[in-house]
Amino acid sequence: MEILVIKVVLAGMVFLAVLNLAGFHTWVERKQSALIQDRIGANRASIFGFKALGLFHGIADPIKLFTKEDIVPAGADKTLHTLAPFFSVFFALVTFAAIPFGDQLIIGERVINLQVASINAALLFIFAMLSLGVYGVILAGFASRNNYAIMGGLRATAQMISYEIALGISIVGVIMVYGTMDLAELVRAQGYMIGGWVPMWGIVTQPVAFIVFLTAALAETKRVPFDLPEAESEIIGYFVEYSGMKFGMFLLTDFLETIVVACVATTLFFGGWQVPFLLPDGFHFPWGGEVLFANWFYALLGVASFSIKVLIFCFVFMQIRWTLPRFRYDQLMSLGWKGLFPIAVANTVLTAIVLVFFGEST
Amino acid sequence: MAIKVVRRPELTFWEKTYLPQILSGLKITFSHFFRNLFLHIAHVFGRLLHLRASATIQYPEELRPLMSRYRSRHRLTVREDNSPRCVGCMLCETVCPAKCITIVPAEHPDPKVEKFPVRFDIDLGVCVYCGYCVEVCPEDAVRMDTGILDLAAYSREAMRLDIHELMDPSLRKPLTGCSLDFPHQCEPMGGQMKGSWSADTPKPES
Repeated sequence: MEILVIKVVLAGMVFLAVLNLAGFHTWVERKQSALIQDRIGANRASIFGFKALGLFHGIADPIKLFTKEDIVPAGADKTLHTLAPFFSVFFALVTFAAIPFGDQLIIGERVINLQVASINAALLFIFAMLSLGVYGVILAGFASRNNYAIMGGLRATAQMISYEIALGISIVGVIMVYGTMDLAELVRAQGYMIGGWVPMWGIVTQPVAFIVFLTAALAETKRVPFDLPEAESEIIGYFVEYSGMKFGMFLLTDFLETIVVACVATTLFFGGWQVPFLLPDGFHFPWGGEVLFANWFYALLGVASFSIKVLIFCFVFMQIRWTLPRFRYDQLMSLGWKGLFPIAVANTVLTAIVLVFFGEST
Repeated sequence: MAIKVVRRPELTFWEKTYLPQILSGLKITFSHFFRNLFLHIAHVFGRLLHLRASATIQYPEELRPLMSRYRSRHRLTVREDNSPRCVGCMLCETVCPAKCITIVPAEHPDPKVEKFPVRFDIDLGVCVYCGYCVEVCPEDAVRMDTGILDLAAYSREAMRLDIHELMDPSLRKPLTGCSLDFPHQCEPMGGQMKGSWSADTPKPES
């Protein structure tokens, strides 16, 4: 019973944080793009004349989307048409369950893992759920009974399947180095210091895998350098026939996936909740200094560290989204199959060889 | 028959990997981002106001400076006694390529002035803003220097400016107490016939 309460509280916390961050993304996207392009950005929504730098646009948008007419095109499969956005959002949200956002918190006798679901193959779970997300996309295209939407859905499917392979293989190297698929264990393994100075984060041990992972993961989120499935500005995407909050849910999925990718990248390559030189009882600096504190503060530092890393990743993703133009479709496919895929395989093989000859370093 | 060979630039190895180009692109966007962020924050504290953080002109509150020769909404210039300079020569109505000007002249009580307009309408929904009427006017009676750009209206009728609106650019339709019928007999502005030149204006037979 107690464990149920704890899990519900954890799940609620993650849910709240993630959805709010996704809502916040709409504001960040507007303002960041505005600053990059020497503009001001949306600043007109106000409550009692109080504008708060346009933050209320994040509230005004859902209100508008909820009150808009929801149109299901004639001849469309009504069930699937309604189901598709829910699929999209659900699989993006359920991914967060497996992400460890902090180390163990000890309250009295009880040890709480700061992770909603402690799955021992959490990595596989995350990638399975990310792959299932493509169903929302292809159902949306299929159920709309619109040829353009189907084409958009097929484009999305082809792109996501191509990049999933590179994505999956790129992390094999990480799994081999740390020898676990349990994300909490994987993060714990990254706390080791090479020579006492450099933290053994994924970015240090697997830099090539990181670049491949980042590229493929950006393609998974379907945002700008790889936004051929939707391409609001020119091409017609899979959600042409969606309006109101159903469309809003697809938009939300984009932001959620960005956050998922930021979380996974943080966990795999930037040491999750690790802070350099921080051990469960406090800081131990290699030059001999020590700062000790209680366990709850340690757990809090871990959560803060994880959140800051995720936010930085979100910021960098947003910056990339507003820097790069869109790939052509053939460039996209050749980058996925001729570029990332061989690099990921070569990286895996190289990692395996290095581990065989210089193993036991982990 | 000169043949021009266009050589497509071959991408180098590093360009094919995209990475250096992406980094140089990110450098540009990051430099803009942090420069503008810094300037916005400095402006909040009233510093560095001579450096603009954004190119945005917040339109309804902040108007863009117009060139002195910009052709905006028309106006009719007036004499010192508030009567229009227009002498009803019909040159502007004749030259207007869009035929948006309608003038009905009448005989002026002053024998030195031949005619004056009892009706001077410009249909802005038809006007092409060529400025010919300004150029052709011998009396400098028509000008396009009001700087008014927001000419939107809810009906075609409201786009037609009559002599009141042309003589006083601050007036906009609907004018209270003005039927806008011809001949004009309205008395807006507290009994003072706006744009009138004398109370006993001779009315032409309609």
